[in-house]
Amino acid sequence: MKEVPEILQQIPQNYYVLLSSTLFIIGVIGVLTRRNALIIFMSVELMLNAVNLLLTTFSAYKSDPTGQVFVFFIMAVAAAEVAVGLAIIVMMYRYMRSIDVGILDRLKF
Amino acid sequence: MVVFSKNPIHSVLYLILTFFTISGHYVLLNAQFLAAVNIIVYAGAIMVLFLFVIMFLNLKKESEVHKTNLAKAAAVISGGILLVIFVAVFRKATFVPVDATNFNSQIGMVKTLGQILYKDFLVPFELVSVLFLSAMVGAVMLGKKEEGERNTF
Repeated sequence: MKEVPEILQQIPQNYYVLLSSTLFIIGVIGVLTRRNALIIFMSVELMLNAVNLLLTTFSAYKSDPTGQVFVFFIMAVAAAEVAVGLAIIVMMYRYMRSIDVGILDRLKF
Repeated sequence: MVVFSKNPIHSVLYLILTFFTISGHYVLLNAQFLAAVNIIVYAGAIMVLFLFVIMFLNLKKESEVHKTNLAKAAAVISGGILLVIFVAVFRKATFVPVDATNFNSQIGMVKTLGQILYKDFLVPFELVSVLFLSAMVGAVMLGKKEEGERNTF
């Protein structure tokens, strides 16, 4: 099939870039505003997804599959990072009884 | 709503909704493999892990001390300034329009992605498997109980 789908013709790339930037900024505000370690972690995942969307956009508009392969690897790395990060959070709860990141202010407890 | 809701379970549910909408965008962009993988991996596995941990730690409402109003205001203002910078940069950027003659509609399909993944990107693919192994070992190591620790939290 050689015809360009009308989605790509009609929605200019600017809108997708703006959408991805907005999602990223919401994630940044989430990381900076909250004290719950789990919510901070979820905001980091939101930032990663915003970048995934941006990469996929450019991969679709330029017919270059490299972007989508990179998104695949980012998802794999994010999954591994979530596993380790949640293990750390569970350990933090086990020692501190709270997942408020404000109480982690010394190297040794 | 992910970042603003008081109950962490609501945050997780909103984030799952966000992942579904992002997968919808992937389908719009003809990246169908990524849409399916996004739903399976992110909304299906990672968010379920988050829910497990939230239920495990029994967090119902946000009962911790919030950050000071000054810190929250500073966070929102810095985020807003960053957004303004992004918008200003991307308004000036010129994007190459879609090349109608070179358009390949098969780049989002599983077959094309699989071929490229196994031919050009084989080394990162194998390294990701090693990464998963190390993450699994790390997570298990972090979850082990120390000696002489009580059995209940």
